[in-house]
Amino acid sequence: MATFPLPLADLLGHWSSYVVYALIGIAFGMTLESAGFGNSKLLAAQFYFKDMRVFKVMFTAIIVAMTLIFLSSALGILDYNLIWVPPTYLWPGIVGGLVMGVGFIIGGFCPGTSLVGLATGKLDAIMFVFGVLFGIYLFGESVSAYAVFFDSSYMGRFTLPELFNASYGTVVFIIVVAALALFVVSEKVEAKVNNRPQQKLPAWSKPAAGALIVLAIVALVIGQPSNEDRWQAIAGESQAKLDQREVQIAPAELLKYMNDSKIKIMPLDVREERYFNQFHLRGALNVPLRSVQEKAEELQFELANTVFVTMSNDEVGATEAWKILKAESLPNIYVLEGGINAWLETYAADSFAEQDRISGRQPDQLAYKFKAATGSRHPAAEPNPNFLDLKFEPKVILELKRAPVSGGCG
Amino acid sequence: MSQQSSARPYMNPYLAGTVLGLVLFLAFFITGSGLGASGGLNRLLVYVQNLINPEHVDQVAYLLKMAGGNANPLDSWIVFLTVGTVFGGLISGLMGRRVKFETNKGPQISNGTRWFMAFIGGALMGYGARLARGCTSGQGLSGGAGLSVGSWAFMFAVFAGAYALAYFFRKFWN
Repeated sequence: MATFPLPLADLLGHWSSYVVYALIGIAFGMTLESAGFGNSKLLAAQFYFKDMRVFKVMFTAIIVAMTLIFLSSALGILDYNLIWVPPTYLWPGIVGGLVMGVGFIIGGFCPGTSLVGLATGKLDAIMFVFGVLFGIYLFGESVSAYAVFFDSSYMGRFTLPELFNASYGTVVFIIVVAALALFVVSEKVEAKVNNRPQQKLPAWSKPAAGALIVLAIVALVIGQPSNEDRWQAIAGESQAKLDQREVQIAPAELLKYMNDSKIKIMPLDVREERYFNQFHLRGALNVPLRSVQEKAEELQFELANTVFVTMSNDEVGATEAWKILKAESLPNIYVLEGGINAWLETYAADSFAEQDRISGRQPDQLAYKFKAATGSRHPAAEPNPNFLDLKFEPKVILELKRAPVSGGCG
Repeated sequence: MSQQSSARPYMNPYLAGTVLGLVLFLAFFITGSGLGASGGLNRLLVYVQNLINPEHVDQVAYLLKMAGGNANPLDSWIVFLTVGTVFGGLISGLMGRRVKFETNKGPQISNGTRWFMAFIGGALMGYGARLARGCTSGQGLSGGAGLSVGSWAFMFAVFAGAYALAYFFRKFWN
């Protein structure tokens, strides 16, 4: 599997890992200051077309970082699933953006740039930072009054390629070319507004632009790894775990954790709905096998103490689902040993088990007959562990979550 | 521009953008989290609020997430990134001899007006950044590079808001 991003807290320890972030912050601050972003007048000039520095710096940074992210993902070095992509809350984002735009033209900074303005003694930046803190304070006090709007139009981790139904490579390539074209336009606009000849670009700018286009094309041609590619990359290690039955947990272990308040168990029932309706575990989510991959993205947002357990009638479908989710870098996934059939055998009343057993069944079929769609109302859907002897070989080892739960402005 | 004669010029914007892009890429590559600023300020503020009035923090859902009970609001990567950003700005400012107590403004307004505007603009920025769940760095830059739909919509909104009002504030800047 792709080695990057690194599991920093695992490698360095919780607090020591923050040193890395401090170093990144220093590099960030140095760059912002060198770019002239400590100077509000230079920032505001963007909006009078006099000096389009904000646009140039920001979009150069975006296309450089974007191209490198998707190139390294295409090469299998970086796992895009573990990269923080801000979840889309469309309307709060747009309204917040408009308010910030107004704040930008009035105040002359944005939060990041005001920090380097403050560091270099700009008094207006210091006032601005106080303003930001006041605004954040007001937000904290008032958001509960319109929490419904704040949480509205949620679309999850939703990306431009998904919106336009195009490949990541194509979208990256189009954005790179469009940004470069806009740079040419902004040079012309600046010259016209300031009534001067166009500034001469540095000698390296054209080769650099060419190189970026080439990298974007390479990323486009290689393409982003499919679920199958991702599985192939981890198959060696992960297939061994399946074969040695390290990830198949006994019904008793699942039942124990279902009643453990420190662990959130999420049973993923990958059978078709007709089976699911007949019987499923209490709290199970029905994700038929064909939609498992789609669901993976959403499951990444679950709390860090979540343990996912895939289950089908026996183990065939559940194992397939396990492979798909494992390849999508979901942490803490296990398979219910023996599936729903083994669960019923263990926890359904003896009378039920004998009467309704189907003889001569096919693989991955339900071994019991249900007279009605009992769903999770069946007594075996949530047996009481206090009356049962829970003996099992423990297999669940909680691993630290690697996908960031917050990012950007966390 | 009111700069000292000895101040070194700013970096070429495309070069600065390329360096910023590399920093952003490395942030993602190593940590998976990208860059940000307003989140760090938020947590520093909540830290102070929690010292002054912890009962209040425990009653407001939004603050509770960061500092409820014995949660330490400073226990977050973004706080360290934010502190680093300030130091980075200082280092670069010293290297470029650009550290100087001054107020950047248009020639037609007083320092007092500029400071007042900066505070009001900052308050709008801070409020908007929390509403949008990120500022220009976290949503715009980081989310933009990661191709989030919401981040791109957000970026257009920021530029739209600023350009829409630029005309009315021209006296303050020009």
